[in-house]
Amino acid sequence: MAAGSTYTPISTTTLGSAQSSVTFSSFSGYTDLVIVCANLKNAVQQTPFMQFNSDTGTNYSSTWILGNGSSASSSRLSNSSSGILIGDYNIGMSSTVPSTAIIQIQNYSNTTTYKSTLGRYNLTTTEVYAIAGLWRSTSAITSIALNAGGSSNWSSGATFTLYGILAA
Amino acid sequence: MANTYTLIASSTVGAGGASSITFSGIPQTGYTDLVVKVSGRASGSGYDFHLNAYLNNSTTAYTERAVYGSGSSAFSYSASIAGYSASLMGASGTANTFGNAEIYIPNYTSSNYKSYSVDNVTELNSATNNRADLLAGLWSNTAAITSIVVTTDDGTAFVQYSTAYLYGISNS
Repeated sequence: MAAGSTYTPISTTTLGSAQSSVTFSSFSGYTDLVIVCANLKNAVQQTPFMQFNSDTGTNYSSTWILGNGSSASSSRLSNSSSGILIGDYNIGMSSTVPSTAIIQIQNYSNTTTYKSTLGRYNLTTTEVYAIAGLWRSTSAITSIALNAGGSSNWSSGATFTLYGILAA
Repeated sequence: MANTYTLIASSTVGAGGASSITFSGIPQTGYTDLVVKVSGRASGSGYDFHLNAYLNNSTTAYTERAVYGSGSSAFSYSASIAGYSASLMGASGTANTFGNAEIYIPNYTSSNYKSYSVDNVTELNSATNNRADLLAGLWSNTAAITSIVVTTDDGTAFVQYSTAYLYGISNS
């Protein structure tokens, strides 16, 4: 992860109760964004996704490499309306063991290119991921929703922090 | 707004090497997350050494799951280990090259188990013995992290010019 001189906290949410989605909607003045999600648990084992600007069109894709402890593999999701994959696609997040996700969003405010992301997801009981994401939109990202997936919720105690990175 | 990616401590190994690098007295306020960046090389003969990190001097309750590439194939493993572990280059590796690792530990003072993320690379410009690792780590302990000791396995020392940096990140 880049260690810029302006690793600035923009917003932090610590859940006091279970919640299906966390949204960041006020950020400007940076070139890149970093989201750190910690103590993640999912009450029902669903797969979490990230959406931008409330777009529910089939404009998201994700490619990942994962290790499950015995083998490595790679797969992808194309033309997804759910969003960019955050975590465990095959099994879903654990309801008991905490996991961590770190997501980088490059050049999020430009209005000429599609937006790409780089994610890392860590759950020691099942799988470790590196995830390349793409949102096929030239709109500046003005809101980010982290959805627990399906009918599931993020558990109480999960923390979500948005940082801004400013190019020198 | 605040600049929060703050250097807490650093260490550069001098002539003669060092068996470990210790960060103690880690502040319990002012930061929420920790980042440890290690650039190291083991003095022992061979290629594949482990870089270990012990939280609060504990040698128990660590598990990890990893995926890594060697340049020709990809692999995965899981393990219960005595301290965080990743790969580190030994003395048989290409001269003047070091392995590099970044450990990201969110919410290090919380009373939850500590889930952390590790990225690790050793690149030798060689047909073999290169590695790029992605690791998920868990320390099943609710204690706040007050110290981190970084070592190589088998008692092998870090060579001169190995470095370790500890940064603090605040989410407010």
